[in-house]
Amino acid sequence: MHFKRVTLLAGHYGSGKTNIAVNLAEELRKQAENVAIADLDIVNPYYRTLDSKDRLAHAGIRMIVSKFANSNVDIPAMPQDMYAVVDDRSLHCIVDVGGDDRGALALGRLSPGLREEAAYDMWLVANRFRPLTRTADEVLEVMREIETACGLRFTGIINNSNLGAETTAQTVLSSVDFGRECSRVTGLPLVMTTVEASLAEELAGKVPNLFPLTLQKRPVE
Amino acid sequence: MSEKVLMKGNEAIAEAAILAGCRHYFGYPITPQTEIAAYMAKRMPKIGGTFLQAESEIAAINMVYGVASAGKRVMTSSSSPGISLKGEGISYLAGTDLPAVIVNAQRGGPGLGGIQPSQSDYFQATRGGGHGDYHIIVLAPSSVQEMAQLTIKAFELADEYLMPAMILADGTTGQMMEPVSFDFEIKEPPAKPWATTGTKGERRHNIANSLYLDPEKLERINNERFARYEIIKEKEQLAEEYLTEDAEIVVTGFGIAARIARNAVDEARAQGIKAGLIRPITLWPFPDKVYKKALKTAKRFISVELSMGQMIEDVKLATECKVPVSLCYRVGGMIPTPAQVLEAIKQAAKEVK
Repeated sequence: MHFKRVTLLAGHYGSGKTNIAVNLAEELRKQAENVAIADLDIVNPYYRTLDSKDRLAHAGIRMIVSKFANSNVDIPAMPQDMYAVVDDRSLHCIVDVGGDDRGALALGRLSPGLREEAAYDMWLVANRFRPLTRTADEVLEVMREIETACGLRFTGIINNSNLGAETTAQTVLSSVDFGRECSRVTGLPLVMTTVEASLAEELAGKVPNLFPLTLQKRPVE
Repeated sequence: MSEKVLMKGNEAIAEAAILAGCRHYFGYPITPQTEIAAYMAKRMPKIGGTFLQAESEIAAINMVYGVASAGKRVMTSSSSPGISLKGEGISYLAGTDLPAVIVNAQRGGPGLGGIQPSQSDYFQATRGGGHGDYHIIVLAPSSVQEMAQLTIKAFELADEYLMPAMILADGTTGQMMEPVSFDFEIKEPPAKPWATTGTKGERRHNIANSLYLDPEKLERINNERFARYEIIKEKEQLAEEYLTEDAEIVVTGFGIAARIARNAVDEARAQGIKAGLIRPITLWPFPDKVYKKALKTAKRFISVELSMGQMIEDVKLATECKVPVSLCYRVGGMIPTPAQVLEAIKQAAKEVK
């Protein structure tokens, strides 16, 4: 898999950005030494990259994260070292952007630098089983809202269609057309179809650009 | 059958409310329930409904009072400190015998507390929460599917008994994502001849009011209301019983605590301990009948709570303190682990040997 220096993950909230970010950071770390995952989510104080703190540390991945993430401080604080994403061009980054246009607003602070360097991808994460992104047209609507909020254009689509713990191979197969349609409607390439690792073998060869995910731990089963 | 969707608990509540015919939502943002308002803001304009972010929680609950008076299904939501602010309005709704649905996604307290999950508003919810003698119906979902199902039930019960109903959730059940099906049969709301919808010159005007100038009349109204509460206590208790038929150690908890306790009960059974679980679904009325039934075999009760011990008092009342009841808890936004509950079960099992 080829990564540009910065890979931004944005989309509808709850679409799976954080889980994908953690897995992509691990993948990127196989290719580069100086790797960071940046958590720019200022909207949602629950389910953050910080939940994978030990896992990321183990993989030797730097965390650019607000010191108030996962705490009781309910303020939209940015990481103090967030400018490293644009200032340090030796750094390879996966950026977990907050959900929807409201979450992507904060990314606007980095947009001028990212546009100037022109070494980024921004991938839209979509799950057709999420209520407000059931169709490619709804995905397009969310996509335009995010682009307007952050001032950057998307460059690809990730199909992360799943039903949580009830996901089966059939669930993923039933979303292949959706992924294709999202790609057609937006005019962007389908970068990957993500799937929980245990289903990857069964789906091998049946789904375009399959990418297996090891999911973050949940606080309560 | 319609396809399942993957939703946060908060979103499931919002969608279920819309399905139940709620076209008026008034709120004010507070973590961890803001997704309800966000979802309503996106959906309501598309279906001809009203989403309004009020200037405060107090304003929102009084807007609810207005729509409830007009006989329409209406909802507001908040989290612990915001619910305290709504207290006066909830009391007014109860004192006016108006149906409305209120959601509390509880967070750690007291005071501003924290934004992580909690169950420490149990007393506030089950005893009414505001001033005066009254109750509200309190429903405690433990899954995203149940968030949807109980929201619809809350509207139905509120309309049937003419009183506010509350969904008592918490940060975890509000934020977690699970598949949910919306294959619900929605009953038509009952006729509301008491609604203040304008007389059109054809009838005497209706009055929505909680002020009584005559104390004898106010006493009578209170007594009538409490007679209605007795009917609810008799007819509307809901609880899930799990492996309780022969259980010596009965673990009990609602909402998220019950999910944790259930894992511990399974593990205890695997280790040969006769453990079971009672999960109250209605917190008011408290399902005391299932606790009395469990007393046939129970030698110990363990109340698992994300509070310093609140529901435990109702467990003691329901069981009339016939066997010891102990508490297993975490607070401040921390969540008990199945291992912690299992330890409590093993300890109790040792004591009854």
